[in-house]
This record gives sequence, structure tokens and C-alpha cells, in this order.
Amino acid sequence: MVWETVIGLEVHVQLATKSKLFSGSSITFGAAPNTQANIFDLAMPGTLPVMNEAALRMAVKFGLAIDAQIGRKSVFDRKNYFYPDLPKGYQVSQLDFPTVGKGELEITLEDGSTKVIGITRAHIEEDAGKSLHEDFQGLTGIDLNRAGTPLLEIVSEPELANAKEAVAYLKKLHSIIRYLGISDGNMAQGSMRCDANVSVRKKGATELGMRTEIKNINSFRFVEKAILHEAQRQIDIIEDGGRIVQETRLYDADKDETRSMRSKEVANDYRYFPEPDLLPIVIDEAYIESVRAELPELPNAKRERFVSQYELSEYDAGVIASSRQMADFFEEVVTICKDAKLSSNWVTVDLQAVLNKQDLEIEDSPISAARLGGLIARIKDKTISSKIAKTVFEAMLESEQSADEIIESQGLKQVTDSGAIEKLVDEVIANNPEQVEQYRSGKEKVFAFFIGQAMKASRGKANPEQLNTLLKQKLKA
Amino acid sequence: MSDRTVAELSRSLAQGEISSVELTRDYLDRIAQHNSLYNAYITVTEDLALAQAAQADAARAKGDAGPLTGIPIAHKDIFCMKDVLTTCGSKMLANFVAPYDATVVAKLNAAGAVTLGKTNMDEFAMGSSNENSFFGAARNPWDTDRVPGGSSGGSATAVAADLCAIATGTDTGGSIRQPAAFCGLTGFKPSYGRISRWGMIAYASSLDQAGPISKSAEDAALMMNVMAGPDHRDSTSVDMPAPDFTANLNDSLQGLRIGVVRQHLAEGLDANVESALQDAIKVFESLGASIKEIDLPNSHLSVSAYYVIAPAEASANLSRYDGVRFGYRCENPANLEDMYKRSRSEGFGNEVKRRILVGTYALSAGYYDAYYIKAQQIRRLIKQDYIDAFKEVDVIIGPTTPNTAFKIGEKNDDPVTMYLEDIYTVSINLAGLPAISIPAGSSKSADGKSLPIGIQLVGSDFAEAKVLNIAHQFQQHTDWHQQRPEG
Repeated sequence: MVWETVIGLEVHVQLATKSKLFSGSSITFGAAPNTQANIFDLAMPGTLPVMNEAALRMAVKFGLAIDAQIGRKSVFDRKNYFYPDLPKGYQVSQLDFPTVGKGELEITLEDGSTKVIGITRAHIEEDAGKSLHEDFQGLTGIDLNRAGTPLLEIVSEPELANAKEAVAYLKKLHSIIRYLGISDGNMAQGSMRCDANVSVRKKGATELGMRTEIKNINSFRFVEKAILHEAQRQIDIIEDGGRIVQETRLYDADKDETRSMRSKEVANDYRYFPEPDLLPIVIDEAYIESVRAELPELPNAKRERFVSQYELSEYDAGVIASSRQMADFFEEVVTICKDAKLSSNWVTVDLQAVLNKQDLEIEDSPISAARLGGLIARIKDKTISSKIAKTVFEAMLESEQSADEIIESQGLKQVTDSGAIEKLVDEVIANNPEQVEQYRSGKEKVFAFFIGQAMKASRGKANPEQLNTLLKQKLKA
Repeated sequence: MSDRTVAELSRSLAQGEISSVELTRDYLDRIAQHNSLYNAYITVTEDLALAQAAQADAARAKGDAGPLTGIPIAHKDIFCMKDVLTTCGSKMLANFVAPYDATVVAKLNAAGAVTLGKTNMDEFAMGSSNENSFFGAARNPWDTDRVPGGSSGGSATAVAADLCAIATGTDTGGSIRQPAAFCGLTGFKPSYGRISRWGMIAYASSLDQAGPISKSAEDAALMMNVMAGPDHRDSTSVDMPAPDFTANLNDSLQGLRIGVVRQHLAEGLDANVESALQDAIKVFESLGASIKEIDLPNSHLSVSAYYVIAPAEASANLSRYDGVRFGYRCENPANLEDMYKRSRSEGFGNEVKRRILVGTYALSAGYYDAYYIKAQQIRRLIKQDYIDAFKEVDVIIGPTTPNTAFKIGEKNDDPVTMYLEDIYTVSINLAGLPAISIPAGSSKSADGKSLPIGIQLVGSDFAEAKVLNIAHQFQQHTDWHQQRPEG
């Protein structure tokens, strides 16, 4: 039997506002428990919510970035359930009238082709606090710092066909929210959280199979592993004649498995109804246009521009454009060195290797765009060879010096004086009569030996093209 | 002096006949003497009152006094007051000291009013008799065997028994107007959104509205001048500056078009109440008003719609009382669920539990459309009825209550009979309109007690000044509002 997987993702993105969705409390990560909770956050009797306009603006921005319908009238609803970290006994969310309606996201698959994934909706809601089960002698502690933090819940259509597509979708979403500056997208800190709805069906079937929901997956890698595991678990059950139960499951990264949290059949009745403490938000064309005017160039547009403006390959352009920070870094390097191809290589290969190794984001790069641009400029004007450039690059990692300063102080400037190179060549030919004889008798492989010797004699500084030309001339003579 | 209106007291203070401290002591003495009988106050803030009175006298000495400076008032115990017990009439909040001031409290403080204390009320403002208070029923000063009405029963009792000059109340389905009617007072519910709800403990958010309970329409206007106005902390407060509500009090009623609701007269209205209404209509006619019968075809649905919407909102509003962060928590909870169940079972009274259950039911999957959605549809129809009516008339007159004050215990066993107390008042909350109850007659009870009758004037959206003008003119030509209970 051939099976196919159907996946829909619900992604909660914490919006990067200064204060909470309905109160003036700060939302800085990592503050001491309950130091960012005011009387509203504690749900003190008589307190009322006031909508944070910045959160609305961010939601609309996201909607425009995915070409979505913007809800002209969005309505907040109360979702009722009791839990100690939910102070009001209800969560304020948007049920029937979300701020962002149907939109779409284009993802790039491994073979380089693209696929458009439908986004059903994105709605604004408030986060709950945290229950702390350690250090309380068997009791539970409540930290309400996070309670009321603005979230955007982005719901995809069930159009992702495998774990890799799900990861590609998530990465694209991550890239867009970072481009828009509406969230830091930090999965480890919970500013981006993913729930995956997973079902399987016989290949070619039109009806969806019974789905399970995997909650709170907190890294790209775990999303892939959790989906792979869950799909296989479902296939195994069905092939053994079993039936999938609709339920919520939790992914355990240590054991690489999902396990049941609760069954949907006994789930809460949330008794949604419109939040009477807030008026519906009416959004007009002028507001939408004012948000649109703030939109940055988005990844796809940037990729296209990089291909046409800098003649980068689709692949390189895509890699660089996937992160706004990397794209900005790249463009600054190009502005300085005037060579896009070299810039692309240095940024995506050499610098990226360093970043990966040190686990750094490009905005924390040990070599600034200005310094890297300065280095590439010296390659382009032939002051140094590509090979020497690696040495300079390594030196730059160890210091704050510019490429020019390192080249000067370490005497790495490329020798382009043809007289000096001719002298080098003459010496090498004179010192190696045996190899000269071999070359002249047709063994052209020996040529590399002469290049090596000459380079060694110049301590790598001889201009490789000049050396090549001269050596060929002299050997033929 | 304690029986005077705010306007009169304000003049006495201005003329130096009495100081605010003297006046405040006078009221505090009366409270000390009589509160055990009337049970009007849950908390008396004596030290605060004397300090505020001294401040008010000092401000007046500097020539810095407004109409409410130095006037002793009382707050319904639904308004949060910083560092003062704020119980909402419930065991659940019997230990709750509010950490902040409600906007209404802050504004009255800033206006120099002197706060004598917090008044009794039906628990979480749910009730029409004040019998649902954890602190016991307040008693009607006209006949202490009878209820003062509710839920703002303590405020009405305090004003009627001269235990304060004026009081704040809240009105979700009639909770200012009905006790005002039962106690021979003027009770004013402004348009929804006119007064900030910040710091006013929520019962049904889309219906709750604060207002004054006073001895005259003029006093209500003076109080409104301080209480009303937009508040950025309440998203449902209207973004519109409040007018001077006293400016039009003396406008002539010549040419005023008054509507009488056909449906109100057709129902089983108490004969005394009906004749008081007819007498009031004659007074208005003598002042140049014309009377027109109008239809509110959906008014018979208002109580049903109200008792779905209000409990639905209440069921969520009261979820925060879970024993976790403040308020009552049961002894030795075995686990989380036990803590929730017992804290709420022990902390809430029966009427509150009843409404939470009704509201939870109305919002439940499978019932939501039949109850909540249907009730909202009725609410829109009712609003439309009023919009249509106000195309023909300037104000609508009618009874405030079907009967005069009933005996304590009389309607306790039958919640539906109790709910029908609200039959003339709830549609106005559903429509968000301003309405005032003013004294317009009295009837003798079987045991010979004189019981006040209230009539109600309803205005169009934000026509508070007009409603107050009409009520004031009525009071200029009648003396029902000046009658005081014996004792």
C-alpha cells in the first residue's frame, strides 16, 4: 500500500510589540516571575482591556505580505476555560472574524521547484501565563509575565504533503515574519510555536484521513521528526487494521516519539462569544494603505531582484534573500567591493561556515559587511589572490583590523611586478632542469609543479595569471 | 441638614452655614445610629471621610470649590476603591481590598466629594431586592419590612434614610431605577458608554452602566457632570465630551412630544402605579407637552433576551473568581479541580450560581444559536423599535416597576417572579438608552405604610440632558421627590 501524508500547520507567532495585547505591561523575555503583570494581567475585578494598536498593525502587515484578505471588521471573542495560568478564565481571541483572511505562501522544495500553500487565516489572540511545577514543594507556581502577550495564530490549509514541505513552509513563514519585523521568530524562546495536524490516506484518495494534532513543537528539526514519526505511527496502526483516534499528541524529542495528551472527544466546550469589553475593530482602506507603505521588500521580490540586478544564480539569490539580515549584509558588501558574484560566495560559503561553527546570526558576524567588502575589493583589484584572501580572512576573525591593514602588516600584497615574476620563473626553471626536460618532452602535468615552486618562492604572493603566462612562455622557449 | 439635596448643601457650604467636616460628622453620626437597622453600608470609611472633608474645607477656603466639594456621598460596593474593602456584596470578595480606584471613584475624589463608605448590594449586582447580599438585605426606609429594591439597594436606602447626600449605583437591567422607585428617589441610568466602567466590577459588560441615585434630578445632573466622559481605559466608553448636564434643566417643555407605550398599559400594571402614571402625564400636558401612543412591538421579549445575554456575559466575567489570585479560596484544597469547585461553590451565593449556570448553558455547543444568537437578534429588534419610536416622540414615559416595594422574603422562592420586576427597565439596557426614574406618587400598603411609586422617562441615545431637563421640570411642579420616609 502506498500512503500519502497530509499536513496542516498552526503557527503561533509572538508579536514584537513593546507592551501586551490589552495592557501596558512590558513583554521582555526572561524577567523575574510576575514582574511584568499589572492589575489587568492579574484579572483584578473591574479591569478592562484596551487593544494595542501596534499588534493590529503587525497582523495587517503580515496579511498584506501573504496577499491575504484583510478583515474590514475584526471581532474579538472570549474562549472560556479554567486554568490557573489563564487569569480571566477566558482567552481573548478571534473566532469568526479574524484580522487576516485567506492568503498564500510560496515555498521552495528541495528540487528547486516552488509550491503555493494556502493560508486559511491568521488571527490575533493573547497568550496565557506559565505554570511552574518545580521548586514549589508539590504546589504549582504561576508566572503571569507572558499572560496577555500578543500572538498571531497563522493557520495553513492541509496542503503540505510531507515533513520536508512542512519545514520549508515553516522556514518561509519564519523568514517573512523576520523580514516584516513583527516577531523575532525565536523558536527556542517560544516566540514561534508550531502545532501540526497530521493525517495519512491512501495515495490518490480524495477524502482526508482522521487527523491528530501534535502540540508545541519548538524547532524546525523537531517539526520534521515529529511529523515523520506521527505519519509512520498512523500508517502502522491502519495497516494493522486499527483506527486513528482524533486527539492531541505531544512530541517527545528525547525519545523521538509522539504520545497522547488528551482526546478531542472529551475536549472542552470553549463557549466562544463576542468579547463585550472590546468594540469590533473596523479597518478602512486608508489604514491598509498606510500599513502597505511600510512593507519592506519581501524574500521573493528580493530574490528576483538579486537574479536580475546582480546576475546571481536562482539558488544563491534564494539563499541570501531568505534572511533579510543576510540580504542587507550582502548588499552592503557589494556596495563596497562592486563584485556580486564574489560577495555571494564569500557571504554564503566562507562567512556562513564561520557563523555556523560559532552558532551566530549574521547580525552578530565577527566580520562586518564593511570589512568583508574591503577584503573582496582587494581580490577584485588583484592586490591579493583568492588564496591569500583566505589567510587575510582568517586573520580578520582574530582581530578588528581591516583587510588593508592586515595585507600591509603581514606583507601579503600580491606581486604583480612582471620583472620580479620573471626573475622567479627564471630561477625555478634554472633550479629544476630535470622537470623542464620532462615538460618539454610532452609531460604537461609537470606544469603544476612549476607553479607550485614559483608560488612557494613568492610565499603565495605572485599574481597567478601573470605567473601562468610567463611560465608557459619560458618553458616553451 | 442631612435631608437636603446636594444643590442645597452645596449652597450651605458655599455660604459658610456649615463646614464639610461638620456635615460629614452629622452623616457619620446618623450612620452610627441607624445603619444597624437599614444595613445600607457594608463598609463605612470614617477616617477617609473626615480627611476628605477637611481637605474640602481647605480647598473651599482657598476659593477652589466645585458643586460637589465637601458633599458626603456613598459608593455602591461594586466600585473599586484603593485600599478599601470592595466586596461586590459577595463572600467571594469579602476579603478583597482593591489596589486601585475606579474611574468613577477617582473623578468624584478629584471633584472634592467626601466618601462615607461602600453600600450594600445584591451579590455581583444580580438581584432586584438586595436580598442576595452576603451581608444581609438592606431595608427600605419607608417600611423596614420591605426591600429597597436592587441591586443598588444599599445606595437607595442610604440616600432615602439620609445616611448620605447622594450615592453611586450601577444599572444592568434596572438596578438604579427600580431601587430609586421603591425608595422615593431619583435614579438615573445614562446611555451605555457615557460613564467609564473601569474599576466597576463587571456583571454583564454590554449592559452595565453607572449612574447616580439622588434626591432630585438637579442633583443627578450635578453628579453626572463629574461622573461622565470618555476614558481611554474603557474601550466601550464613547469618545465624545460630556456636556454640562445642568445647562438645560430649566428649558421649557412647551411642544415636547411624549410617547406612552401601548404595550405597557395593556399589561397587568398595579392600579396605583397606573394612576400615578396618568397623573404625571397630566402634569406634563399642563407644561405644554403632547402625548402620543407608540408601539414597542418586541418589548414583551426583553426580559427573556436579557436573562440570556446578561447571564452569558456574567458566566465569563465571573470566571476570574477561581481562588487563585485574590478573593475566597476554600480550606485545604485536595487538588486544582477541588480548589475551583469548592472555592466557587462556597464563595458564590445561589442567585449568582443560578445565573452562571444559565449563562454557561446558553453559550454551550448546540444551544448557542437557539439562545445567545436569538437573544442578540431580539436585542437588535428592540433597539430598532426604540429608534423608530424616537422618530415620533422626544421621550418615552412609563412605569419603572409593576408594583411598589414588596416584603422581604416575599419573592425569594421564585426567581422568575423576581425577574419580572425588571419588565419595564431591561429593554432600555438592551437598547443602551438613558432613562430616569422619578417619584410620582405613593400608595398605602395594607398595614398603612406609605410606599413611593416611580415613573420612568426614557431618552434617545446620549440625550441625557434632555431627560434630566424633563425630570427637573416635573420636580419643579410636583413635590413627590420631597416626601421623606418617617423616622
